Amino acid sequence: MQAETLSGGFADPAIAASYAFRTVMEAMARPGTVREIAGAAPPAPLSPAAGAVLLTLCDTETPVYLAGAANCDAVRAWLAFHTGAPLVGASHCMFALGTWEALAPLSEYSIGSSEYPDRSATLIVECPALDASGAVLTGPGIQTEASLSLPEVAAFRANRRLFPLGLDFLFTSGDRIAALPRSTQVSAPMGAAQVS
Amino acid sequence: MTDQAYNFAYLDEQTKRMIRRAILKGLAIPGYQVPFASREMPMPYGWGTGGVQVSAAVLTPDDRFKVIDQGADDTTNAVSIRSFFQRTAGVATTTATREATVIQTRHRIPEEPLTEGQILVYQVPIPEPLRFLEPRESETRKMHSLEEYGLMHVKLYEDISRHGHIATSYAYPVKVEGRYVMDPSPIPKFDNPKLGDMAAIQLFGAGREQRIYALPPYTRVISLDFEDHPFEPSKADHPCGMCAATDSYLDELIVDDAGGRMFVCSDTDYCEARQAAGHIGKDNGGKGAA
Repeated sequence: MQAETLSGGFADPAIAASYAFRTVMEAMARPGTVREIAGAAPPAPLSPAAGAVLLTLCDTETPVYLAGAANCDAVRAWLAFHTGAPLVGASHCMFALGTWEALAPLSEYSIGSSEYPDRSATLIVECPALDASGAVLTGPGIQTEASLSLPEVAAFRANRRLFPLGLDFLFTSGDRIAALPRSTQVSAPMGAAQVS
Repeated sequence: MTDQAYNFAYLDEQTKRMIRRAILKGLAIPGYQVPFASREMPMPYGWGTGGVQVSAAVLTPDDRFKVIDQGADDTTNAVSIRSFFQRTAGVATTTATREATVIQTRHRIPEEPLTEGQILVYQVPIPEPLRFLEPRESETRKMHSLEEYGLMHVKLYEDISRHGHIATSYAYPVKVEGRYVMDPSPIPKFDNPKLGDMAAIQLFGAGREQRIYALPPYTRVISLDFEDHPFEPSKADHPCGMCAATDSYLDELIVDDAGGRMFVCSDTDYCEARQAAGHIGKDNGGKGAA
């Protein structure tokens, strides 16, 4: 077993997880805000932020889907050692992790049922960069409007139309994190061409 | 931390992860009740086991924790929950609303407006607003999924036909973002207007009923009503006897065997801060004292 499998977890799990969760919760409660999340050092290609989210939220009760390049030996072994989360396909996962391209198509994931809309997948989207510009967000958690560099607009608009069903998204890049719950209305940035 | 035998904030990490996942789904679907595997806590059901579990899942060592019970910081329930987290999480505590980062509450929203850095955790006895109209969980769940809330309006209408006005005075049902009807926990309806558009995150925990729900900041929350009988927040029509406040929710106290009574702020921190600032009510030696 390689050393990087055993290292890179939270130094003080209970304390580090409490800080990491507060960051994730604030991100989910205030869509479009970008925050820093620290404490994890997962193997490549995972970002430290994505690693912290997995350590904070995943365990043996949460089936995880690793998409694309994230589905490699190093990540699988790290995830197994630190969380014990079972690896499954896209249609059965509670959490999915990968780049936007690797996670597609979104129709694969569970959006919950009308009586239990909470039984839906949360997608952890690894992004090359993350900042408060681009697509315009409105909805719960946002006082007037917010902006976030989303990979596209149409998919999130379609997801919003499913409300109260739908997917929830966490975006990670380096040690930065932002979130987009299903309740957020997304529109194209001002001046940009209307998205097809 | 004084009691090293416990994990940080009492609960084990797997339980906290489960609660944290439920909180995130609750925030993503405002007003929807997320089922969670509520644990036994070292206090009886009805004493805030739901709120305590939510607080345990959100607290960090940097937090400053406040607990109120019907607005008061000094009741048995509030004091014991505050010292519980002081011991098991080592967090700082306070009774001042503006200094707190996490506030656990039973049946009140503080008078002082909350800010962006704060989290309000409600203790909820019966999370299902339709429960007394329809006892079967399978049915109420269907009613929520179909947005079938006619029965709730019938209940409010029956209030009007019997009393001439909507007599529901606490746990007054609200509609969240035009979708889910939600029980705001037994807060007086005086507090209902504060639920919507609040800067702080609001989390609701029901331990015995095993439900968590949430309101993200700046969420649209409407108290149910009728065009010809609009919602009216109400309070006792008196100034506070101690601090003379006219804008706060009041408790009525019986002060002697002859039926003498006085009205005081239910929010003890608000009342004490006003008295410290020189506002004196008529039962406290102020103007109009007997």
